Amino acid sequence: MKILVTCKRVLDPYVKARVKADGTGVNLDNVKMAMNPFDEIAIEEAIRMREAGKADEIVAVSIGAAKTEETLRTALAMGADRAVHVVTEDDIEPLGVAKVLKSLVESEQPGLVIMGKQAIDGDSNQAGQMLAALLGWAQGTNVSNVELDGDTANITREIDGGLERLALKMPCVLTSDLRLNEPRYASLPNIMKAKKKPMDKKPIDELGVDTAPRQTLVSVSEPPPRAAGVKVASVDELVDKLKNEAQVI
Amino acid sequence: MSILIIAEHDNAEIKGATLNTLTAAAKMGDSVDILIAGSGCSGAAEAAAALPGVRSVKLADSAEYANQLAENVAPLLVQLAGDYSHLVAPATTNGKNLMPRVAALLDVMAISDISDVVDADTFERPIYAGNVLSVIKSNDATKVITVRTTKFAAAEAAGGSASIDSIDGSGDTGLATFEGQDLTQSDRPELTSAKVVVSGGRGMQNGDNFAMLDELAGKLNAAVGASRAAVDAGFVPNDYQVGQTGKVVAPDLYIAIGISGAIQHLAGMKDSKTIVAINNDEEAPIFQVADYGLVMDLFDAVPQFTAALD
Ligand SMILES: Cc1cc2nc3c(=O)[nH]c(=O)nc-3n(C[C@H](O)[C@H](O)[C@H](O)COP(=O)(O)OP(=O)(O)OC[C@H]3O[C@@H](n4cnc5c(N)ncnc54)[C@H](O)[C@@H]3O)c2cc1C
Ligand SMILES: Nc1ncnc2c1ncn2[C@@H]1O[C@H](COP(=O)(O)O)[C@@H](O)[C@H]1O
Repeated sequence: MKILVTCKRVLDPYVKARVKADGTGVNLDNVKMAMNPFDEIAIEEAIRMREAGKADEIVAVSIGAAKTEETLRTALAMGADRAVHVVTEDDIEPLGVAKVLKSLVESEQPGLVIMGKQAIDGDSNQAGQMLAALLGWAQGTNVSNVELDGDTANITREIDGGLERLALKMPCVLTSDLRLNEPRYASLPNIMKAKKKPMDKKPIDELGVDTAPRQTLVSVSEPPPRAAGVKVASVDELVDKLKNEAQVI
Repeated sequence: MSILIIAEHDNAEIKGATLNTLTAAAKMGDSVDILIAGSGCSGAAEAAAALPGVRSVKLADSAEYANQLAENVAPLLVQLAGDYSHLVAPATTNGKNLMPRVAALLDVMAISDISDVVDADTFERPIYAGNVLSVIKSNDATKVITVRTTKFAAAEAAGGSASIDSIDGSGDTGLATFEGQDLTQSDRPELTSAKVVVSGGRGMQNGDNFAMLDELAGKLNAAVGASRAAVDAGFVPNDYQVGQTGKVVAPDLYIAIGISGAIQHLAGMKDSKTIVAINNDEEAPIFQVADYGLVMDLFDAVPQFTAALD
């Protein structure tokens, strides 16, 4: 079985996002970028499935500008077999991402697609559900455990009240939650090997899908910072402040 | 404008998140309907009919909606969408699972986790773990929206008398089968609506020590939450996680204990009215957002705190 995994290049999760001085967007020049953490987890899961003999090929896909190639090289160094870079300078909305992926699913015919539950830049949490909809497939979102059993994916998903277990008909789309696995680091020899693995570059226009934006960005701003608070010296002082100053207890 | 709210419910009752969603929906227009899709869900439909300002309740009571699987509910919404300008659900795990699927079937973008309604087409939403607020205008014919419930007050739950219209089911797609749920049992208030939240982090050291937080929470009628590190380490179940990729809470009082204050944790609690941090590292970033910071070993501070509330 072939697995398609997706990875997005995003601002490093430990770097604080700053709005550009002209207020037109978030500053992504000369800041540290990284693979979306949920996508590292997605790739790790695909590799484990291949190691367990459940899959034989892993294709990593990313949609983005020239430097996205670095993110795909990381995916290859972790263990993906080949990469497809859909090249575009534009920010593609989740619906456009899903349409691009649908076209790749049609040509690649994977038995499973694994994505992240959410890209931590836009925090949309949409693309996986949208791809499943466009393909008419089942979706397993926020998964924390997956067991493949023939044509069925038995999954556990994280929900507001705890955990939910579903049996999904395959092929299906899964999106990873944080506790699905602990992604591996790429070793130096694997980073070297990754340089020789195949990377297919497809200009987005050649796919013939409509990725025109449906939303206009009106403004971006930084929320006002919280006013600095005070340090209290003891539990008694804390309780006193909460009772008499903040009046919350 | 006519708006359809997709209710969060457990067949018997509607969940609090629906009330916050109603407040958000009322800012989009004044004809508001509510969909109850479930099985044996007339109780939830009656509760929805009692919400003030609701025009009618659409009741889809059918076996294929028993567990509200997105694969089955999405086609129903596509059938109903023609009558509405806005489809609106709370940004719960249910809402986030369902609404993008509906949007893609309608060939529109979804608008996730809105924090404000500017006008019927224009919405504010946090991005980058809440470090940036974006305002976007949707150019799609149908707006498919999830609502950050902490940003909208809860509507009244009684006083209305909407009609209830039964609608036919759309059938079982057979794509997914519900196998079971492991729900966390707790007699504490629900995390996202509690007035006080006591959260523990890696500093708690193990799950047994959370008993200390339960005791404190009991005195404060508080919910108990946690950082990702505490959940990953297995101290508490996943549904305790507060943060960018967990639950968003905004109680009157949030008490962070043994939590360092990473960007991703702050994303889930920094709209709380009053924040208290207890941490033995005076450099911990959590102190930058805390109204009251106590630099102290939590194993001394928490029992003293609990005792002081007697
Ligand atoms: C994609 C992504 C998503 C994430 N989503 C979330 C999320 O939703 N929620 C979330 O919380 N995190 C999230 N994280 C993780 C986040 O970056 C931090 O790693 C996490 O919040 C740290 O948890 P912590 O503060 O409990 O642990 P630590 O950072 O290890 O802090 C423990 C604190 O306890 C204090 N302490 C230790 N012992 C004591 C003692 N005896 N008395 C008093 N204080 C003590 C220490 O001084 C320290 O400040 C995410 C990360 C990524 C990459
Ligand atoms: N530009 C992109 N390239 C590759 N994958 C993407 C892209 N955008 C989103 N995805 C995938 O879709 C998931 C959900 O993204 P989102 O809906 O934007 O939060 C991410 O975790 C990625 O796996």
